[in-house]
Amino acid sequence: MDSVPKLPIGEWVERIVEALGQHKGILFDPIAIIISGMVTYFTEVLAAIPSVILILLFGALAWVFGGRSSMFFTLLGLFLIANLGYWDETVETLGLVIASALLSITVGIPAGIACARSDTFTKLVMPLLDLMQTMPAFVYLIPAIFFFGLGEVPGVIASVIFALPPIVRFTNLGIRQVPPELAEAADAFGSSRWQKLMKVQLPLAKTTIMAGVNQCIMLALSMVVIAAMIGAKGLGADVYRAVSQVDIGKGFEAGLSIVIIAIVLDRISQHAKQKERKAL
Amino acid sequence: MPKMTVRQLTKVFGKQPQAALKLLEQGWTKEQIFKETGQSIGVNQISFSVAEGEIFVIMGLSGSGKSTLIRLCNRLIEPTTGSVQIDGEELIGMKPAHLREVRRRKLGMVFQNFALFPQRTVRENIEFGLEIQQVPHGLRQEKAREALALVGLSEWENAFPDQLSGGMRQRVGLARALANNPDILLMDEAFSALDPLIRKDMQDELLELQLTMKKTILFITHDLHEALRLGDRIALMKDGRFIQVGRPEEIMTDPADEFVKKFVEDADLSKVLVAKHVMKRAEAITPDKGARVALQLMMDNGVSSLYIVDKKRTLLGLVTAYDVSLAINTGESLETMMKKDIPSVGPDARLNSLFPLMADLHVPIAVVGEERRLLGVIVKGAVLGGLVGKVNPQQGAEVMPHGFRA
Ligand SMILES: Nc1ncnc2c1ncn2[C@@H]1O[C@H](COP(=O)(O)OP(=O)(O)OP(=O)(O)O)[C@@H](O)[C@H]1O
Ligand SMILES: [Mg+2]
Repeated sequence: MDSVPKLPIGEWVERIVEALGQHKGILFDPIAIIISGMVTYFTEVLAAIPSVILILLFGALAWVFGGRSSMFFTLLGLFLIANLGYWDETVETLGLVIASALLSITVGIPAGIACARSDTFTKLVMPLLDLMQTMPAFVYLIPAIFFFGLGEVPGVIASVIFALPPIVRFTNLGIRQVPPELAEAADAFGSSRWQKLMKVQLPLAKTTIMAGVNQCIMLALSMVVIAAMIGAKGLGADVYRAVSQVDIGKGFEAGLSIVIIAIVLDRISQHAKQKERKAL
Repeated sequence: MPKMTVRQLTKVFGKQPQAALKLLEQGWTKEQIFKETGQSIGVNQISFSVAEGEIFVIMGLSGSGKSTLIRLCNRLIEPTTGSVQIDGEELIGMKPAHLREVRRRKLGMVFQNFALFPQRTVRENIEFGLEIQQVPHGLRQEKAREALALVGLSEWENAFPDQLSGGMRQRVGLARALANNPDILLMDEAFSALDPLIRKDMQDELLELQLTMKKTILFITHDLHEALRLGDRIALMKDGRFIQVGRPEEIMTDPADEFVKKFVEDADLSKVLVAKHVMKRAEAITPDKGARVALQLMMDNGVSSLYIVDKKRTLLGLVTAYDVSLAINTGESLETMMKKDIPSVGPDARLNSLFPLMADLHVPIAVVGEERRLLGVIVKGAVLGGLVGKVNPQQGAEVMPHGFRA
């Protein structure tokens, strides 16, 4: 073993990052602008709505998508958060999560469609997705900070890296699961690829894709504490501060708020689908 | 010109189709090629043509390549070699946009498991083809409703497929294909998923629709009775090849080989054969010839009755030997002695519809064509002969040129 010299993988990565770093401005500034713009936008819109009204709105959403019990839980949970005094942080967290999820969806669904179309592309992408999900977040936080500096931007990027894979996987799966006879029927009637995708494949894959969206939101939310460590605001920041100050009470309150948000978002996104019709 | 012509169509499934193709040309069998190269032959050098308005049935056991063949015809499966022409236009190698156009205008398809879109209502399913052609919404709805009425499902336009029974679903499948008004219908085991009674209804319905629509239909089935009921011609398929192509009665009475024989063995011939297949030449005489000539004619031909016809061979009546001898003795004319109320059928009457007639008859049944022209006669022996596969040689000779043996 010792006779084989150590492969300089670490060095290579450093070189690549350095090389990219030299053109940091052109490459990464637009990305940074888009991301921070999105986060700011969502946070400000949510913050502009009075908390009571926003809570009622969430309650209504939960009622529509999840039914009565979801609504009660949502109202109770969110009023509790407001009562504990974490409402502003919650709004910041929501802005972060919505931006991350939206970015993941915009990139993930087309990528999933491409996977469903090409086995070769799937073979290339799948290991990358595995890597994204298993690589510890801190490892890619370092270059992210290097390129984007501290703040919510590297936080969102870390969230997207972590939350993107399920969307790609589920979209791919959903489209591949469309019964071949239905895809064939679309072709037999002379559909173009686009028509087949829009009129047959995506509508039939919708339930599966929504399951991916649900997972994506949950994973994005799970990154808020890590995002907070590199300067993102929100509930994560409170948890992080509590940990560093060994403040058990505060830590628990902020943690509980995150859990409540998680359950509320889960209820809403899990049921955000129409009554499914069985393929025949 | 035939509506659709298929020449030397071949499909090899696998990574080296060319290697398999060479072996095919050298006359290797499907099995040998699979062992040698691992390539699977789906369809093997098939040629046929279908005339406008014809129902061409392809029949064969599971795995014989029926589905592959029908999908080669609209290029849902890309052929390895060969040609498919519709209205003289070659489909193979056609540009995708052009192919889509042909599929939209000329080719409708009905699937075995219906392949209805579950998230669309019945009407939206039927509109699918028109939607793909970007037909405006109002017109689309109108045409979909027409197609729905055609299959008798108007009440159900807003239902979803999972609310329908199997027979109704397949009606929707048929209506969806018809809404585009294609010239050609490709039907891959379209009725196989239905239970027998509903299946028979659907066959009747298709035949009835066909009376007015006159579509060119490629129909796949593995059910002989279905093939016999629907097919103007039937092709028997085995291991990717056509073993025999012919009209139903030819397949039944003159199977090309043991395989076809086995296939048709259990079929009920009486449902396939019609009067003209088993009728014999009818002995007839015009009334002016007189009783003595009639008697001579009967003795010469060894028959016990004689038809009386006019100069145009229009059937007037029948005399028995007894009638004739009575006429000779009394000096009456044949016309006064003949029985006018005699049994007769058209040339296309199925044999099974003759059984009740024959049971209580002592005279043969006359087969008459247009304006009651006498075409032939059916005697009991001939019907039985037909049922064991002996068909009137004259009629057999007449139908032969339409069919050929693969
Ligand atoms: N995609 C494919 N890849 C490899 N072999 C295939 C493929 N599709 C069909 N085959 C083979 O081609 C042959 C013909 O199959 P096909 O589905 O056309 O038969 P079929 O006559 O329609 O049978 P069934 O009555 O069961 O529907 C079979 O041996 C099958 O294994
Ligand atoms: Mg089949």
